[in-house]
Amino acid sequence: MQGLADAGWLAGLRLSDLLFYAVALVAVTGALAVAFGRNIVYSAFGLLLALFGVAAIYVFISADLVAVVQLLVYIGGVLVLILFAIMLTSKIGDARRSNLTLALVPGGVIFLLLLGLTVFLSLTTPWGTVAGRGLPTLRDAALEPTSERIGDALLTDFLLPFEIASVVLLAALIGAVIIARKEMRLLTTGGGQGNRP
Amino acid sequence: MTLHVGLPHVLVVAALLFCCGLVCAITRRNAIGLLMGVELILNAANINFVAFSHYLTGHIDGHVMALFGIILAAAEASVALAIVLAIFQTFHTIDTAETTTLRN
Repeated sequence: MQGLADAGWLAGLRLSDLLFYAVALVAVTGALAVAFGRNIVYSAFGLLLALFGVAAIYVFISADLVAVVQLLVYIGGVLVLILFAIMLTSKIGDARRSNLTLALVPGGVIFLLLLGLTVFLSLTTPWGTVAGRGLPTLRDAALEPTSERIGDALLTDFLLPFEIASVVLLAALIGAVIIARKEMRLLTTGGGQGNRP
Repeated sequence: MTLHVGLPHVLVVAALLFCCGLVCAITRRNAIGLLMGVELILNAANINFVAFSHYLTGHIDGHVMALFGIILAAAEASVALAIVLAIFQTFHTIDTAETTTLRN
């Protein structure tokens, strides 16, 4: 509980708090780069920063399995997919101004209004009384793994959504292959040119 | 509000991510940039699920909901990027201000 700094408003600040602020700064910086970056590739790398920061926030609030899944699925899957799509769809010539924006001024106004509203609500709502008890502070207990409880919940309470999610993933897989296939029109209109016996 | 990290701090970070994602999804002309905004919005929602689960209820349900959100985001990203590639093959651009018809 000994703070790193003793003077003024920094007194009593724990190392975990400083870590959270650093991680949140990384995530918000990445999000700002995504929203206001001029180049689509820079936006993609901003998305990398934001997703990594979000995974670190998951670790901070002791959600270890969700953090690992975030790293695997988002950074290992979705971000690589987005980078591939950027490379496949952008021409070399317009790489400099490839991320134009429409109506940035109304967008900025919406950004400020919505940000003010959500931050105000987050800070002023008495969350403890909403949930029916006092607001607990961050638990200082040792990090206990959540994977066992999540596995139990997935196979008991959430069994039907779990199975439906597998069907959704299969449908998305087949749909993505069919939509992105180049020779779709050839197959549907003139399907007789294959080398059938 | 104190400097000790609690539920409001996490909610503020999620609100920042959400607002950035919404503005990105509104103002982008590039379809992939628009998709990145949607990913940011889904991430903000997942942070809120896990934060409420950690600070208020203590149940594991929020984690499971965040996992389902990640699953749906992955499915959405794959299908949406396939659609973007199909649009690019048809129109030779993915500028949302120019691809205004369903058929070429």
